[in-house]
Amino acid sequence: MQVRKKHHLTDLMSGTDILFYFLSALAIGSAILVVISKSPVYSVLWLIVTFFAISGHYILMNAQFLGIVNMIVYAGAIMVLFLFVVMLMNLNADSEPQKNKWIMLAGTVAGGCLLLVLVAALKNAEVRGLGIEMKTGDIGLINNLGKALFTEYVVPFEISSILFLSAMVGAVMIGKK
Amino acid sequence: MPIERYIILAIALFCIGIAGVLIRRNAIVVFMCIELMLNAVNLLLVAFSKMHYLKGAAANTTAGIDGQLFVFFIMVVAAAEVSVGLAIIVMMYRNVHSVDINFLNRLKH
Repeated sequence: MQVRKKHHLTDLMSGTDILFYFLSALAIGSAILVVISKSPVYSVLWLIVTFFAISGHYILMNAQFLGIVNMIVYAGAIMVLFLFVVMLMNLNADSEPQKNKWIMLAGTVAGGCLLLVLVAALKNAEVRGLGIEMKTGDIGLINNLGKALFTEYVVPFEISSILFLSAMVGAVMIGKK
Repeated sequence: MPIERYIILAIALFCIGIAGVLIRRNAIVVFMCIELMLNAVNLLLVAFSKMHYLKGAAANTTAGIDGQLFVFFIMVVAAAEVSVGLAIIVMMYRNVHSVDINFLNRLKH
C-alpha cells in the first residue's frame, strides 16, 4: 500500500509536469515584467524570454515545427525588428512623463476582472477533464504539417505571400519621407 | 495533462497583455502587449489541436492538424502586421517626436 502510494505520488509530479510549471512560471513572470519594465529595451528582452518559454511549451506538446518557427520568426525576426525601432528613436526612461495612478489601477482591475470572468466561465466548460497528448503524437512534425499545407491549405498559403508583398510595399511607402 | 492548465495559462497571458495595453502609454510597449495576446491565442490553439488529436486519433491520424496550421497562418499575418505597425510608429515619431499614445490625436491635423 505504501509503495503504491509513493508510486502514485511520483506519477502525480512527473517530469512533464515539472517542465510545464517551470515554463508557465517563466512565461507569466516575464510577461508581467514586459508590462512593468520602465525602459522599452528591457520590455523587448523580457518579451523574447516569454516567446522562448512559449516555444518550450510547443516542444513539450511535440509541436516541433511550430516551436522552431516561433523561435525563428517571433523571437528572432520580429523582436529584432522591435529592438531596431526602439534603438532608432532613443527613448529615455522618462518617455512616459505623466503617470496617472488611477489609470494604472483601472487597467489592472480591468485585466484582473477579465481573468476572473474567463476562469469562472471555465467552471462549466465542456472541455473540462479532457486531456492533451504531451511529448508524443506526430501531427506537429514537419512532414504532416507540410503535406496538409501544400494540399488542403495551398490557396491560403499562396495568398499569404501576396499579403507579405503588400505589407512590404506598405511599410516602404509609410516609412518613406 | 488536462486541458484546463493550458487554458488558464493562456487566459493569464492574454489578461496580462490586456492590462499592459490599458496601462502603458508607450506605443511600442502597447504593440508588444498585442503580440503577447496573439501568442496566448497561439498557445491555446496548439493545446486544443493536441486535445483533438487525442480524441480522434483512432478515426483519423491527422485530427487536429488544422489548429497548428492556423497558428502558422497567425504567425504569418503577425509578421506582416508588425512590419506595417512599426512603420506607422516610426512615422508617428518622426512627426510628433514622441511615441506617447496620448499625442496620437495630433496626427489628425
